[in-house]
Amino acid sequence: MAARIAVPANARRGDNIEIRVAIQHPMETGYRTDDNGTAIPKNVINKLACRYNGVEVFRAEMGSGISANPYLSFFIVAGSSGELRFDWVDDSGVAGSERAAILVAG
Amino acid sequence: MKSFFKRRLVLARLAALFALPLLTLRRAHAQSEALDAMVAKITGGAPLRSGRVKLEIPVLADNGNSVSLRVAVDSPMTPASYVKSIHLIAPKNPRPNVAAFFFGVGAGRAQISTRIRLSGSQGVLAIAALSDGSFWSATAEVAVTVSACWDAS
Repeated sequence: MAARIAVPANARRGDNIEIRVAIQHPMETGYRTDDNGTAIPKNVINKLACRYNGVEVFRAEMGSGISANPYLSFFIVAGSSGELRFDWVDDSGVAGSERAAILVAG
Repeated sequence: MKSFFKRRLVLARLAALFALPLLTLRRAHAQSEALDAMVAKITGGAPLRSGRVKLEIPVLADNGNSVSLRVAVDSPMTPASYVKSIHLIAPKNPRPNVAAFFFGVGAGRAQISTRIRLSGSQGVLAIAALSDGSFWSATAEVAVTVSACWDAS
């Protein structure tokens, strides 16, 4: 699962920074059928968590109501330099993860 | 005898005329009951107040497969007063519970943006759970031209 994650590389301590996440995933609703008429089982990314230096700052629990290739934006407070880690898992058990470094000045 | 049947026919038609709006009313009622149950699951029976939540979503959505929205809650986001979670409900979707977002200590703003699917025109509901145990909400009506779930994309 390819993912694009936008995290500002530099920030000042105390800044509110926007994190944007876009993951390539069909977010299959379970209501569609393939060309042979057989139902395509529901398969959505049901959970995505963002941890900042090991501490969970944001979590999303999603259903089939989220569009294909889910996009999320949220805000975190820049505390100290380190790493943002994103983990997600879909209904079929396929997990993905991504990390981004952040440099905090001040 | 003939007039009796005629009279009965007229009565039946009249009854049908009155029953129709009653039926639709009942359906609307059942839907609001289902919505109440969903809300109660989130609030745990606590009162849901309107306000403090801003739900930005287009009034007219061309494509129900992808409707972008932003939810922002008026909160200082300090350890003493913060938003615990934001819940999105689309009552007319086959699965109305669209998503829930949870904020940790390091979350700077009680704000999220995402894109959702909408199965037809409806009032989208956003509920915020605050750290003091109160629940706030906002509703926005969205007219959907092409519903999600109809075409195969």
